[in-house]
Amino acid sequence: MALPANQPASRAEAKVMNRFDITKRMVALLKNNEAVIGGIGYTNFDLWAVERRPQNFYMLGSMGLAVPIGLGVALAQPKRKVISLEGDGSILMQLGSLATVGARAPKNFAIVIMDNGAYQITGGQKALTDQGADIVAIARGAGLAQSVWAADESAFEELIALALREDGPWLIGCRIDASNPMDTTDRNPPRIKDQFMRGIGTLA
Amino acid sequence: MDEETPRRAWYEIFADVLKQHNVDLVTYVPDNVLRPLIDLVHEDPFFTAFSVAREEEGLGINAGAWMAGRRGILLMQTSGFATLPNSIASLTVPFQIPSLLLVSERGTLGEFNIGQNLVARTMRPVLDALSIEHHTMTRLEDVEFIVDRSIVQAIATQSSVCFILSPLLTGGKVFAK
Repeated sequence: MALPANQPASRAEAKVMNRFDITKRMVALLKNNEAVIGGIGYTNFDLWAVERRPQNFYMLGSMGLAVPIGLGVALAQPKRKVISLEGDGSILMQLGSLATVGARAPKNFAIVIMDNGAYQITGGQKALTDQGADIVAIARGAGLAQSVWAADESAFEELIALALREDGPWLIGCRIDASNPMDTTDRNPPRIKDQFMRGIGTLA
Repeated sequence: MDEETPRRAWYEIFADVLKQHNVDLVTYVPDNVLRPLIDLVHEDPFFTAFSVAREEEGLGINAGAWMAGRRGILLMQTSGFATLPNSIASLTVPFQIPSLLLVSERGTLGEFNIGQNLVARTMRPVLDALSIEHHTMTRLEDVEFIVDRSIVQAIATQSSVCFILSPLLTGGKVFAK
């Protein structure tokens, strides 16, 4: 595993980036119809705002399940790369799912955590990530050896390229600022599901 | 009963019906009554079976797998079902993702843990409130019919189904001091 040289040792050392900007950078690197699962809230609002890719799935509730849903897609379609985008507050609800990913070790799966240290959509209340919890360290402890903080935007791009090229599972931690999202996701669940299934070839 | 064809156990019948319908992903949180089925699906290479930390995870994994073309079932006990309503109400029901659930019924017919007894009473009202069809399996001769027809229906109607394993069928968990 060739990780970027500038690898922050902890959350505190990672640069605070912008969610829309890095989501856009990630999407620009997707060239093989990779599936992307957007966790609830601003995480999937910005995924929607960047580009309405048919291979995106937007969660509307079920807080914390972006990683399990992505794992399910990865297990069903082992030749397709799958990325789950999840917020820090959301992943804190399902830390056990990191251990499940560690144990199953799907080669085609990556998790991107958008960590602003807060529950921004409900008013910016502090999350535990702002009080000492380091998701990358937790993920390593859960068995995801390839867990790293993105030092900055170019390191983030390097890590996404690596996750798309090399065997996973991966977890990429991203510190983000408190900017508002650029748009709001469509809220029609059957339509979201059908578009996603067409996008990944399971619905005609 | 024909002595040359011994009666098969509920879990053998159940696993066979899953196979017939290509349900090959089994996620679970363990339970004593479910143990023979869990052992069976681990031993049979047809199935991919693994435990998850919480029942919600299994629901999410199976939902993702379904959308990506693979069929799964989630195994749990009554108390585990009680952790699921938010995920069912916000993921599987509104997105019309057929979710197959198998619950080993605790809380009745000789329950010794008051917590199990209380939480069990929430299960059927929750299933009814979310319009999820459920069948309580009490007789061995009904298992194949109920499971087979319900899987067909769940897929055809893009809705979920919950199979409840009654102690009348399984013997349940026996009180041990």
